[in-house]
Amino acid sequence: MPSDQTTLDTVVIRFCGDSGDGMQLTGGQFTDTSALFGNDFATFPDFPAEIRAPKGTTFGVSGFQVQFSSNDIFTPGDRVNAMVAMNPAGFKVNIDEVEPGGIVIVNEDEFTKVNLTKCGYLDGYNPLDDEEINLKYNLVKVPMSRMTKESLADSGMGAKDINRCRNMFALGIVYWLYERPLDHTKDYLTKKFAIKKKLPEVAKINIRALEAGYYFGETAEVFPSRYRVPPAKQEKGTYRQISGNEATVLGLVTAAQKATKSIVYASYPITPASGVIQGMSHLKRFGIKSIQSEDEIAAICTAIGASFAGDIGVTGTSGPGLALKGEAMGLALMLELPLVIVDVQRAGPATGLPTKTEQADLLQAMYGRHCESPLIIVAPRSPSDCFNMAIEAVRLSVEFMCPVIYLSDGYIANGAEPWKVPMVDQIPEIKITHPTLADTDGGKFLPYARDPDTLSRPWAIPGTPGLEHRVGSLEKEAETGNVSYDPDNHDKMVRLRAEKVARAAQSIPLLEVDGDPSGDILVLGWGGTYGSITTAIEQVRANGHTVSSAHLQYLNPFPSNTEEVLRSFKKVIIPEINLGQLSTLIRAKFLIDTIGINIVKGKPFQVGTLVERITEVIES
Amino acid sequence: MSSEPRTEANKSTALPIYTAKDYTTDQDVRWCPGCGDYAVLSAVRKAFPGIARKKEDFVFVSGIGCAARFPYYMETYGMHSIHGRGLAIATGVKCANPDLEVCMVSGDGDLLSIGGNHTIHTMRRNVDITILLLNNKIYGLTKGQYSPTSETGKVSPTSPVGSIDYPVNPIALAVAADCTFIARSLDVDMKGMDAIIKRGIAHRGTSFVEVYQDCNIFNHKAWFYASQKDTMHENTIKVVHGEPLIFGNDRDKGIRFNNGRPEIVTIGDNGISESDLIVHDETDRFLAHMYSQMRHPEFPEPMGILHADPTKPTYNDLLIQQVEDAKNQAGQLDLQALITGNESWEVK
Repeated sequence: MPSDQTTLDTVVIRFCGDSGDGMQLTGGQFTDTSALFGNDFATFPDFPAEIRAPKGTTFGVSGFQVQFSSNDIFTPGDRVNAMVAMNPAGFKVNIDEVEPGGIVIVNEDEFTKVNLTKCGYLDGYNPLDDEEINLKYNLVKVPMSRMTKESLADSGMGAKDINRCRNMFALGIVYWLYERPLDHTKDYLTKKFAIKKKLPEVAKINIRALEAGYYFGETAEVFPSRYRVPPAKQEKGTYRQISGNEATVLGLVTAAQKATKSIVYASYPITPASGVIQGMSHLKRFGIKSIQSEDEIAAICTAIGASFAGDIGVTGTSGPGLALKGEAMGLALMLELPLVIVDVQRAGPATGLPTKTEQADLLQAMYGRHCESPLIIVAPRSPSDCFNMAIEAVRLSVEFMCPVIYLSDGYIANGAEPWKVPMVDQIPEIKITHPTLADTDGGKFLPYARDPDTLSRPWAIPGTPGLEHRVGSLEKEAETGNVSYDPDNHDKMVRLRAEKVARAAQSIPLLEVDGDPSGDILVLGWGGTYGSITTAIEQVRANGHTVSSAHLQYLNPFPSNTEEVLRSFKKVIIPEINLGQLSTLIRAKFLIDTIGINIVKGKPFQVGTLVERITEVIES
Repeated sequence: MSSEPRTEANKSTALPIYTAKDYTTDQDVRWCPGCGDYAVLSAVRKAFPGIARKKEDFVFVSGIGCAARFPYYMETYGMHSIHGRGLAIATGVKCANPDLEVCMVSGDGDLLSIGGNHTIHTMRRNVDITILLLNNKIYGLTKGQYSPTSETGKVSPTSPVGSIDYPVNPIALAVAADCTFIARSLDVDMKGMDAIIKRGIAHRGTSFVEVYQDCNIFNHKAWFYASQKDTMHENTIKVVHGEPLIFGNDRDKGIRFNNGRPEIVTIGDNGISESDLIVHDETDRFLAHMYSQMRHPEFPEPMGILHADPTKPTYNDLLIQQVEDAKNQAGQLDLQALITGNESWEVK
């Protein structure tokens, strides 16, 4: 072994290159291998909206960041310890995120005059020759294109196929550097190319490129050391890797099974929610009817129709689609039918930054409909938590006969982490009853009679003899559901619908405080920022400060102890990837002032920034 | 030629005997006196007892507009929804439970303007829904503005010097969307309505029925050229499957092909006989297209079942088939295995 070995707790790697360079696949393979090795990890795929932007441009750069660790971690990491850049554009876009002294492995063959110009470097400048850059980073220049070509010269394959193996060559280098086994990726390549696509030759050259990269690492002596990140100490059990969108799909299917119901999942493709309808469409065997509707409005309406007929209607979208669905959400809450609306939030408004994350649909979810139209809102806090909260969304929706908005976001939807697989037997059933004629008082069915506890109305489904009834968007008379223009009745119904949503608080867990239950500072978060906030709190505490935190997964209604928790602290800090939407809600509802940490860059929070800002408040 | 009756209806042994009254709710009908909608409601209530389906299996869905109040008056399951979206909802109902008989009733604004998109896509998917388009060529509920079917030049509160919109042709739209059942009727033609409703509901696939409906408040007489005793025979032509296209007060006129185009001829003139006329074939989509282009006053407007293709599988059948195939292929379902996935690892 020519190099030294260094043991590290945690490493953050970023793979970057052109959107056609296979960076997502490369990062995914590194993650899989690290997961099987036993590390904790968190990933952050970061890609452009353009599928194949002009080659070599900065806006066509695709990146994949993964943090892997022998400790418990919650984020993909702030500072990159090692970067692999397949082209100058990737280098240019990402270099500032690499820590000083960090390893930067570049495919130097791509740093040609033409390519350097294409990504906007000044004429004659090559960053690889820049002394400052060479001093600041541990720059490793590898002629990857040439070496891939040479190592596969005798394969008989065309230049195009060979060129596409460069990412595997790069991965091989990184596997060597971090002492990762090659087996998993070799298996993957065999399955993908040799078995599924019947292209055994393609599998072969990819595997050979991977090995060539690995041996290059071993023989070239360009790295001062190899790095070892030992497995994390994890609770016993079965683990898998899971992304938020995958977990949302699994949660919805599990909820349907637990409710012994079919789901109609009607959706229109939209980034970053398309993964959900794609996932659902593969699960027909579980009774999932996935429908690709003609537009966002049709999608939610089809889900509403499905719920009326006795299936569980679910629709999925992102912010722009949520806006289009507004009127139909109002219909669903007027009809008082179950409905789950999955909103995987992205940066906006309008088309905004479709592939980037944001938490700015909270107020739209809360108020983005005409008139008094409250509904239930839940928000998963991590990729794996999407599983739990998707089940919760279905449960609450059928229990309260009320639409539920489920606010995921692009970051947790695409990001992945290890997940201790739950035992499905231990997940409670979701009890649903549909009334029959025998349940009525002398054969008179009242579609808007209410359960005294939940205030939910009976879910009588078409096909049931004797319970024929009409629901509609016009205001309904309490109990009979007949059209009513009576002013007092309208006032009563508006209040009933609001009260019903408020009562859902009885059916959701209390807000838990991490740290002291009272004190000076509470950091309150919601949704997908849990990982960064939790990591920041750990660091603030490690710096000797006392701080408590709490994280909301239920936004409407709030857990019933929310006000009590907030009043137990002198200051409440709310970090959000928006301009203060939860702050607005908290102030309006409880007249409690909040201190916002609001950064809206289309990216998850940097832990370092949060630590800095929280510490500023503590020390002020 | 008629579509095969449904097998579940055939199997149903204990079908109650219904009358129109069984399909009548206790709600007061709130349309203007004299509105054409009354005739359609009455035709539907009368036709339904003749359909071998249980009352609880019918679902009426509507959008918004005068016609969209329809579900409130039918003693079946029903939903009065939001503007333009009824067909998307009806699609959900049918896909959730394909055993239900789903009907959509709405107006020209709802189905052709705000909801035009869903009309096209429901038809092209061939979802098994019966659509009654009550076309009065005007916005009634909002008090008389021109609609997407109003004629160019229509003077209305929003077009004081005449509308500059060209109207949509509902039958042509249905043909373009490959709708598998296309019919047209007059609101007051009880016999014609009855036959079309029964055939439309029996048809597996999207059934589209355009009803010329009189709005006696805001657009009275809009259809008089087609609806009055002294006009209907000259200005409309009833098409009957297998029979030649004959019309006129004296039934002495017909339609024949001349160089590939329809031409009005007088039977007996220049040796023209019935055998020279076009024979209606409801399965022929080329004829359906021709009918869609036969507009007043150039041609008599075709009424009746213009097109019926019972061979095309429905969206709901295909959807359920895929689900059933997947279930059969999977055999015993294992949710735990699904959640655990193929690439799990053990921590000991």
